[in-house]
Amino acid sequence: MKNHLIVAMKFTLITTLLFGLVYPLAVTGLSHLLFPKQANGSLIEKNGQILGSRLIGQPFTSDKYFHSRPSAAGSGYDATASSGSNLGPTNQQLVDRVKQDVAKLQQENPGVAIPADLVTTSGSGLDPDISPAAAEFQIPRIARARGIHVETLRPLVARHTQQRQWGILGEARVNVLELNLDLDASSPVKQ
Amino acid sequence: MTGNGWFQILLYFGVILLITKPMGVYLYRVFERKSTWLDPVLRPIERLIYRACGIEEKKEMKWTEYGVAMLVFSAASLLLLYLIERVQLWLPWNPQKLANVAPDLAWNTAVSFTTNTNWQSYTPESTMSYLTQMAGLAYHNFASAAVGIALAVAVIRGVARKESSTIGNFWVDATRAFLWALLPFSLVGALFLVSQGVVQNLHPYTNASLLESQVIEKQNPDGVVKKETITSQVIAQGPVASQEAIKMYGTNGGGFFNANSAHPFENPTPLSNFFQMCLIFAIPSGLTYTLGRMTGSQRHGWAVWSAMAVLFLVGVVVAYSAEARGNPLLAGVNSRASDTQPGGNMEGKEVRFGIADSALFTTVTTDASCGAVNNMHDSLTPIAGMVPLINIMLGEVIFGGVGAGLYGALVFVILAVFIAGLMVGRTPEYLGKKIESFDVKMAVLAILITSVTILIFSAIAVVSKFGVAGISNPGAHGLSQVLYAYTSSVGNNGSAFAGLNANTLWYNTTLGVAMLLGRFFMIIPILAIAGSLAAKKQVPESLGTFPVTGPLFTVLLISVVLIVGALTFFPALSLGPILEHLLMNAGKAF
Repeated sequence: MKNHLIVAMKFTLITTLLFGLVYPLAVTGLSHLLFPKQANGSLIEKNGQILGSRLIGQPFTSDKYFHSRPSAAGSGYDATASSGSNLGPTNQQLVDRVKQDVAKLQQENPGVAIPADLVTTSGSGLDPDISPAAAEFQIPRIARARGIHVETLRPLVARHTQQRQWGILGEARVNVLELNLDLDASSPVKQ
Repeated sequence: MTGNGWFQILLYFGVILLITKPMGVYLYRVFERKSTWLDPVLRPIERLIYRACGIEEKKEMKWTEYGVAMLVFSAASLLLLYLIERVQLWLPWNPQKLANVAPDLAWNTAVSFTTNTNWQSYTPESTMSYLTQMAGLAYHNFASAAVGIALAVAVIRGVARKESSTIGNFWVDATRAFLWALLPFSLVGALFLVSQGVVQNLHPYTNASLLESQVIEKQNPDGVVKKETITSQVIAQGPVASQEAIKMYGTNGGGFFNANSAHPFENPTPLSNFFQMCLIFAIPSGLTYTLGRMTGSQRHGWAVWSAMAVLFLVGVVVAYSAEARGNPLLAGVNSRASDTQPGGNMEGKEVRFGIADSALFTTVTTDASCGAVNNMHDSLTPIAGMVPLINIMLGEVIFGGVGAGLYGALVFVILAVFIAGLMVGRTPEYLGKKIESFDVKMAVLAILITSVTILIFSAIAVVSKFGVAGISNPGAHGLSQVLYAYTSSVGNNGSAFAGLNANTLWYNTTLGVAMLLGRFFMIIPILAIAGSLAAKKQVPESLGTFPVTGPLFTVLLISVVLIVGALTFFPALSLGPILEHLLMNAGKAF
């Protein structure tokens, strides 16, 4: 027993050193050598300014941008407080929130069915993507707000649509931040 | 439901089938001390550890000594984690200057990670420093997994050995699990995850300027609502990939971030998601092959594997079907899946994973004692939410946790041969060993301890003020939340119906106790069985022996698992998820 206690303490210390420090630091070193961009968070930079990460969603509310999904992370897309809503399927708060969002979206694009992902919060609250259907749904509003034709927006959305990985895995998706950055570059809003 | 969704599920199943044998053979070679191609690198490190710790490599242990060594190691490493958490502010690699962790939370977390549960009552990115995550939490992802594998191997030795008083050496088994079973795959896996976009750095959090600044309403402590304009987004960083790989591969499941594998920095692409799911089942599935190889009955290994596979497939079919249907209470929403949208119940899910990958992940993570989530289980439709609950209640024997799944399954195997023995009126035998009263008593003890703990703690919580205070979803769902919390803790799973506010003195303490009971009061009876079996004589197989191979045995094993689980938990389930399902279909919200 006493013998095992001493072994246990030594074993804990030496394995902590190996697996708690040497291993993660080795992974850090190797990743910066092999995949520096990814290891640092796939950041988007322009003129020395960090505009965000292509993996982390941002909030958009203005009519002239594509909107991300509703978010339950902090006050919305708080990347220091990732979280889902954790509302259960029979929670009245969930039903009311969706009802409110549906009413707003129906005004914007009457008669078109609203894609489920556009009115539901994601698991992380930081989902960078919307479905292609959710992007298509928003095209008329953005065209109006920017005073451009819907047909100039469709190719832009198509360009930013990522198909299923290897044609099989996951779902098709559109990265909202990259789409909006491209939108600003290709159809600048007249101030 | 889509054809592509089903195809992904089958593809995953196929990959698991394919890796079972190579993984099983590798683990067999590692623990039977045969040579492997990694020996030139790992053998010197192994010798160094033995020399530094004073471990006698050739010494064999009785089951009691094996158990004592396992317990003191768990206690020592638990204590070190507790200490690191309590003083993290004064230690390096804390760029965000996160405060020392409060005592009850530090206790809960230390227990949680030592027991391979990884239940998290806190938001990691605002609570744990980089050092705590690396040397405290990620380290325990290795340690608790190594302990689990060591125990499984010891139990298999118990079955395989004849008239032997010993079942191996805990320190040697743990060291070899650390170095051979876990390290190489974690290292390569971590780098692969970085290639997909998982972050790995020690930088302070990144400050990005928002493309469109936002006006948010903020409530001051005095209750006045104030408008505030935010122009930037602070992005949490950290050494994530090194923890992510072992989090899945060691079936630990504790997220680096609050959102766990739903967070884009933990699980950025559908491919990283697929890879993470493969990591979860790799060792548990492989160990069934190791069981067959070490006991000399490969067909028995496959019979156990088949029982697990059937239960897995049933779970994923139910979960996927329920989620694809969507939530009927949400009016005006198009929930039909197509090539341009995932549809279904998307609350709590990521677009890149959609419904199929989320339902599959949910099933896999709770079949195993992993507990990582790529979607929020609290927001699952009631029947889909019941799948993970039942998976854990059955004892996580559907592949199960690394090591824990196999020794848990062996308890059910012993019950199955016991029941078969009763039916044919003979002394039950398991691979040539007579199963006697002591063995059955220990098996029943291991099963009882989990169900009793779950039901009693849940019952106290739902009739007490401090228990009910944590519930965030009203109606039948509230019971499910509490039930899930204790089930997850006792089962050492760690996933949650996360709306439950569990960071209170009551929940931190009782969930901590539940995790300890679920881990160690399961392990000790099982080690006792191993010791008892190892000492027995081999009896020759006769015509009256019930075979533990083939489809008949697989069906019997499945039935025992289901009957024991269903009888114990059906009343509680009918008041939780089943009632909620009926109410939801009747159009009722709370």
